[in-house]
This record gives sequence, structure tokens and C-alpha cells, in this order.
Amino acid sequence: MGLKLKALTKSPWVFHVSAGSCNNCDIEILDCLCPRFDIERFGALLVGSVRHADALLVTGAMNRKSAMRVKKLYDQAPKPCLVLAIGTCACDQGIFRGSYALTTPLDELLPGAVTAYVPGCPPKPEAIISGLVKALQTLQDK
Amino acid sequence: MTANFFIALLRFLIFPGLLFTAVVGLVMSWLDRKVTARVQWRVGPPFLQPFYDIVKLLGKEVIVPAGGSRMAFLGAPLVGLAGATLAATLIGTAAIYGGGGGFRGDIIILLYLLVLPSLAVILGGAASKNPLASVGASREMKLLMGYELPFILVMLVPIIQSGGMLSLGNLLSFQAQHGSFAASLSGVVALVAVLPCLQAKLALVPFDQAEAETEIMGGALIEYSGAPLAVFKLTKAMMLFTAPMFLVVVLWGGFGQTLGSALLGIGKYVALLVLVILLRNTNPRVKIKHAVRFFWGPVTALALIAVLLALVGV
Ligand code: SF4
Repeated sequence: MGLKLKALTKSPWVFHVSAGSCNNCDIEILDCLCPRFDIERFGALLVGSVRHADALLVTGAMNRKSAMRVKKLYDQAPKPCLVLAIGTCACDQGIFRGSYALTTPLDELLPGAVTAYVPGCPPKPEAIISGLVKALQTLQDK
Repeated sequence: MTANFFIALLRFLIFPGLLFTAVVGLVMSWLDRKVTARVQWRVGPPFLQPFYDIVKLLGKEVIVPAGGSRMAFLGAPLVGLAGATLAATLIGTAAIYGGGGGFRGDIIILLYLLVLPSLAVILGGAASKNPLASVGASREMKLLMGYELPFILVMLVPIIQSGGMLSLGNLLSFQAQHGSFAASLSGVVALVAVLPCLQAKLALVPFDQAEAETEIMGGALIEYSGAPLAVFKLTKAMMLFTAPMFLVVVLWGGFGQTLGSALLGIGKYVALLVLVILLRNTNPRVKIKHAVRFFWGPVTALALIAVLLALVGV
């Protein structure tokens, strides 16, 4: 593993993509930044611009309006960029599967890009952190 | 001639210029994040975090937005870095070598050099063809015009008190003989007036309107990724070292020649920095119009009082 990847695993800046979630998953992501979990311990920061991001945390079930924006955001992110599906909705559309408002699930929208799935409705902050760690491990294996 | 050139180059690139300032600046940006975290009851990042951040950014893809000006977009961070490095070199040389390190008028050049990092943010933001970046750039411009007025007024105080000395070296030897300017009444008022200007120069809350993460998503830096972003972050970290150092040297007696006075100087610098960090953590971001009104109103008035007091001689 080169220095580049090592530094990346030590400083994963996350960008929060809410693609039509019910807001619960979003709140759990913010919980990770709060004093109790504080993912800045591992160097992770929440950034405001996708150009600064190393990992996209996608929540929600990809409705017709947001799906194309998620694709655009992924294209705008500088590579290497991890994608994490946060919550059952983002993993497999959950209870909204088959709805007229939805298009394709996240991993069909961005084929091959999703590095980790964090199920749960909403997932616990511990689960999100563990998902981030596992996603970073896939980098280490490279 | 060549020997002098090499010494100057070494000073610029290694000590007290680029390398030294970058390392110290990054350590200080760790201090900033750690103190912030402790204030918020968090644990905070590990010691090497700023170094990881820079290395990581250097290894990422660089994206130049379509329709933006490629040369200005990629050149702007370098302008800022060059300005911060040169300023650090001049201040550091004067602080270490006392009277021999500076030249006549270098304090005026420093006032210009310290503006360059802000100018780079404006230039880069405007070149990126992003509307939010333009908003950030325009805010940075207004802020710059706001705080430069009291900042320059404050710089008049030591010049008046020393009877018209315009070089850092002379100001330092004057302070070594007559006590630091901060010990006089006008010096205290000047130091109080310059603190918010320092906060704005470092683009920290409450004066971070140009980069407001939650509001305009990174502002002027929104389109930057990879190496140019790393250069901007590095410049910002270096300013965390350079700008307070400038005030310590000009107003607060510098570092002297003995070990004790050097330690005292470092203590003054850290005290100034921690004060800035605490101010940053206990204040919300203000609107840009309030910031400009604040700088042109009370802060400028305070700076004028300091200048008048210096003219009277107290
Ligand atoms: S997974 Fe559950 S909590 Fe998360 S967005 Fe979907 S419905 Fe809301």
C-alpha cells in the first residue's frame, strides 16, 4: 500500500448525499460527528463541497429527481472516492421498493462504485463507523 | 554574491521559510483542531492529522472546472503560498537575527505580502466559474477592505512610538532598549484592536464568511480538489504561524537574543493563538455586512485612539 492510500485511510473526508431519505439516516450520520462518537478521532471530517470529498455517504431510496443528482455528484467527486450506502433504503430501497416514485437502486445507478452497505432503519452510528472502517480496509487490501 | 544568494535561498526554502513554517503551521493547525474538539467535549484528531490531510490531498485527482480559467485557477494557490512563505522568511529572519535581518521599509512590504493569501482566495474563487465561489470571493474582498484599514492604522502605532522606524530589525532593537510597545497604553489598545483583524486574516469564525462550509459549501474553495486544495490548506496553516508572529515581533517585543526571552516570545505567540482559537469557538459567524460595519466602526475607532495615544506619547 502506497503512501497515498495510507494517507487516504487516515483522513477520509465524508460528503453527505441525501437522496430522498426520511431524514433519520441523516441524523444518525450527524451523530457520528458529535462528542459521543466523534469520527474526527479517525481524521474524518464532514465537508461542504463534493470536490473535497473522499467518501460519499448516500442515504435514501433514489427517487426520480434525486437519482440523476447522485450520479452527477459521483462524477464530480475527485477519484479515488468511496461510496457508502447508508440505511436500508440506500442498500435495496427497503420498504419503498416497487414505488412509482423510485428509479434504480444505488448500486445499479453507480455500478461497481459502492464499497460498503450499512443496513438498518436507521443504522446505528456504530454501524456507520464500522462501515466506514470496512470501506477503508478494501483500500488497504489493494 | 553567490554565497549571499544561497543563504537567501536557504532562508526562503528551509529556515525560517517554507519548510519550517509549513511544519510549525501544520502543528499549529492541529492545535487549533484539538482545542476546538476539547471545547466541544470531543477527543479530536491525532497529532499527525494535518500532515495526513496534506499528503492525501496531494495524491487525489485534480479537477479544473469546465469554462473556468485554467491558469488563474491553478496559479492562484501558488501566489498565496509564495506570499505566505516570503512573509514568514522576512519575519523569521528579523526575529532571529535582530537588527541585521531586515531592511528599511520591510514592514510596508510585509503588509502587502500578508494580503497575498487572501488575494489568492479571491483570484482562485473568481477563476473557478462557480456562482458560490464568486459569492465567497466577493465576501473575501469586502472583508479584506474591512479589516485592512484598522490593521494598517495599528501598524502606525509602533512606527510613531519609535520615531519613524520602518524596519522590523530596528523596531526590535528599539523594543529591546525601551521595552515592548505592548507595555504602553497605546500598545495595549492597539493589541486589542488588532485581535479581530487577526481573526479575519486567518479566516476563522466569526469572520469565515468566504469559506462558510454550511452556507456556501466551502465558498471560494468549492471547486478546488487535490493538490491545489492542499496548497490552500498549507497556506492557511502557514498563516496561522506567520500572522501572530508578525504581531509578536512588531508590537510585543519579539524573541530577544537569550534563551529565556525566546521562550517568553514563544509563550506570547502560543497565548495569542489560543486566544484566537477560543474566540473562534465561542462566536457564531456574522453576516458580511455586520463584519464590515464592525471593522469600519468600533475597531477602526479603537485603532484611531491607539494612534492618537501614540502621538501624545503614552
Ligand atoms: S433506511 Fe429507514 S431511516 Fe433510513 S432513510 Fe430509509 S426509511 Fe429513513
